[in-house]
Amino acid sequence: MKRMGLFICHCGTNIADTVDVEALAKRFESYPGIEISTTYKYMCSHPGQEMIKESIEKYNLDGVIVAACSPTLHEVTFRRVTRASGVNPYQCEMANIREQCSWVHTDNVKATEKAERIIKSIIEKVRLNEDLDPIKVDVKRKALVIGGGIAGIQAALDIADAGYPVILVEKDPSIGGHMAQLSETFPTLDCSQCILTPKMVEVASHPNIELLTYSEVKKVDGYVGNFKVLIEEKPKGVDWDICTGCGECSDVCPISVPSEFERGLGERTAIYTPFPQAVPNKPVIDTDNCLKFKTGACGLCSQQCDADAVTYNDDPNYREEDIGAIVVATGYELYPILNIGEYGAGEIDDVIDGLAFERLLSASGPTGGEIRRPSDGKIVEDVVFIQCAGSRDPEKHKPYCSRICCMYSTKQAMLFKHSVHHGQPYIFYIDIRSGGKGYEEFVERAQREDGVIYIRGKVSKLYRDGDKVKIIGVDTISNKPVEIEADLVVLAMAMVPTPGTDKLANTLKVGTGTNGFLQETHPKLRPLESITSGFFFAGCAQAPKDIPDAVSQASGAASKVVGLFSGEYLQLEPTIATVDEEKCSGCRICISVCPYNARVFDEIKGIARVNEALCESCGACVVACPSGATNQRNLTDEQISIMAKAILSVEEEE
Amino acid sequence: MKDFEPRIVCYVCKWCTYAGADLAGTSRMKHQPNTTNIRLMCSSRLNMEQIMESFKDGADGVFVGGCHPGDCHYLYGNYKTQKRIMIMHRILKDLGIEPERLRLEWISASEGKRYVELVDDFIESIKTLGPLKLSSNGNSIEKEISTK
Repeated sequence: MKRMGLFICHCGTNIADTVDVEALAKRFESYPGIEISTTYKYMCSHPGQEMIKESIEKYNLDGVIVAACSPTLHEVTFRRVTRASGVNPYQCEMANIREQCSWVHTDNVKATEKAERIIKSIIEKVRLNEDLDPIKVDVKRKALVIGGGIAGIQAALDIADAGYPVILVEKDPSIGGHMAQLSETFPTLDCSQCILTPKMVEVASHPNIELLTYSEVKKVDGYVGNFKVLIEEKPKGVDWDICTGCGECSDVCPISVPSEFERGLGERTAIYTPFPQAVPNKPVIDTDNCLKFKTGACGLCSQQCDADAVTYNDDPNYREEDIGAIVVATGYELYPILNIGEYGAGEIDDVIDGLAFERLLSASGPTGGEIRRPSDGKIVEDVVFIQCAGSRDPEKHKPYCSRICCMYSTKQAMLFKHSVHHGQPYIFYIDIRSGGKGYEEFVERAQREDGVIYIRGKVSKLYRDGDKVKIIGVDTISNKPVEIEADLVVLAMAMVPTPGTDKLANTLKVGTGTNGFLQETHPKLRPLESITSGFFFAGCAQAPKDIPDAVSQASGAASKVVGLFSGEYLQLEPTIATVDEEKCSGCRICISVCPYNARVFDEIKGIARVNEALCESCGACVVACPSGATNQRNLTDEQISIMAKAILSVEEEE
Repeated sequence: MKDFEPRIVCYVCKWCTYAGADLAGTSRMKHQPNTTNIRLMCSSRLNMEQIMESFKDGADGVFVGGCHPGDCHYLYGNYKTQKRIMIMHRILKDLGIEPERLRLEWISASEGKRYVELVDDFIESIKTLGPLKLSSNGNSIEKEISTK
């Protein structure tokens, strides 16, 4: 018979004021299996822990019940204590008599009774607990980073610098992401390219990083430490192994289509590198627009290429990789202007989004850094920035704040003023959110030194008026209507997850939240991790954030991966499903209810097994099993039943 | 005569409702002490037989708490629970037990207030229903369980 010890904590007065802990300890003294029942002021303190250790030795205990706070708080602590005394840590359980009893009740007698019910149920559970060891699995020490923006780049570099091989997969022909499109960055006004491009080059030349651009993750099987990942390298039309990146192919290409990188304000050819500093600096063929693919004619680029690198091949290349951990850094896109009717729904040339304005500001942009109107190329004199275009609008668009718009619009207004000294920037805003190191000072500076006019209020309407755009709004501070005739309107569109994030999340089996961003396990306890083990998040794929936050999160995710790789093996929770092979009829119902593909059919024995590394302990298969062959370790049907019986058997005091 | 104090077992998932109950505690939100939680990994871990057995063992009410639809830690465990509870409601009715004695609610880890409100509301509704009286000491349920 199990020899158990019950240790009831006063938690100062937190428990003891409401629950009569001494009476409880006395009540359990003669309870079957309880060898010692005692109390202490602070059980989690050093003397409290020592008391448990001494009692384990003195009474030769093999089961420990700590009646104190929530197991979320101190289960780890007391299991460590138990293990240190040579008792299996899974023989220690906590009875939650603080959060779920003393803190929510006022009547001493009733609260003490409830504490008795809670403790009794946990004693009965421990009575049937078995010794368990964490499940050990091998780790493939190779990481996959999905997304080659600044977050993905940082994560890949950090993991690679720690000595582990990394595959960086990027769907576009070049890494760099949206940061490569930016002119300068707030609040320091560093040139974006100057910070970013050295990192891009470092990725390409790092001995531990394999860069796969123009590629996508198609399938992920397996589990933490042991993923099998299928990667598709999209057909580039050019053999990159022999291409020298001279660029003569695009010089002769007769096709001209709007450039994605220039947000439609500039053009590119059908065989193209997205931007001059692209990494790798090799072209791909846009098969939707290439004449060779459309009509079979042309072939100019191929004739021009001295290296004979233009192949026009259109077969993707697939490769399977063994991966231990995956960082998802798929970034963001801007909410399309088309969705916002009151701001012209994309029909007015001179209404553009924030990223397009970055291209106008950029020295390497389509206008060479001169701020010209898209409609007629005239230098812009009055520019209006509208905040929260799609953000903070739960009725019609997105309910959340996109976090960076106040700051980048301020920066853009400043840079505009630095370029067009006689121009006037206006910013319509709801609130200016400048929380961040040096951010508030930056907004101050924009007003003081650059004369940026901030108007608190929403724009109700804008429309084309001659060669200008007429903006109608209200200044809600002076309560007066405002009309501005602008040359250019810049919308700070809401940030949304990159299109396809939902599909990728399904492929990876990681969750997304209500707004489509990747869902972390817990915002404070595990902010970098997916609920599915082995996946880590970095950058805007998880939520809108600025570059400093994206980079910090990326380094955090990288350190999680490195931590996972640095152990000899992985340890997983052992409280998973088990199968009684004698009872299993091989009906496979468990396989159909398992969300993790953790139940697998053993063709030889004709039974369903549990893949221990995949099982996440939900217990759905235990309930679904019609023959009672499946059970859950240390939370068996018998244990649940006896816990309920214990709760229901506590008598009310007369 | 003493007031009727219902005995209620709550089967709650670790990720949402149990955490919601903890939050009610850390926020010091008071509620009536008739319920006791059994922490499961997921609400879908709860057997239909176990619900029956709880009534047989003397529960006046059984409360099941899971994550909101779409928020399940195990992707869609809560949908399985919902189906089972719907079936259970019909079985309870057939057995002459008021289906209202079994309640399923979605309570997230951030909804301490909702937890307190729903638990109090459930306790009140069981108080209104009065103690569960099983015909011939629950023989009908015994039979129901043994024929499974």
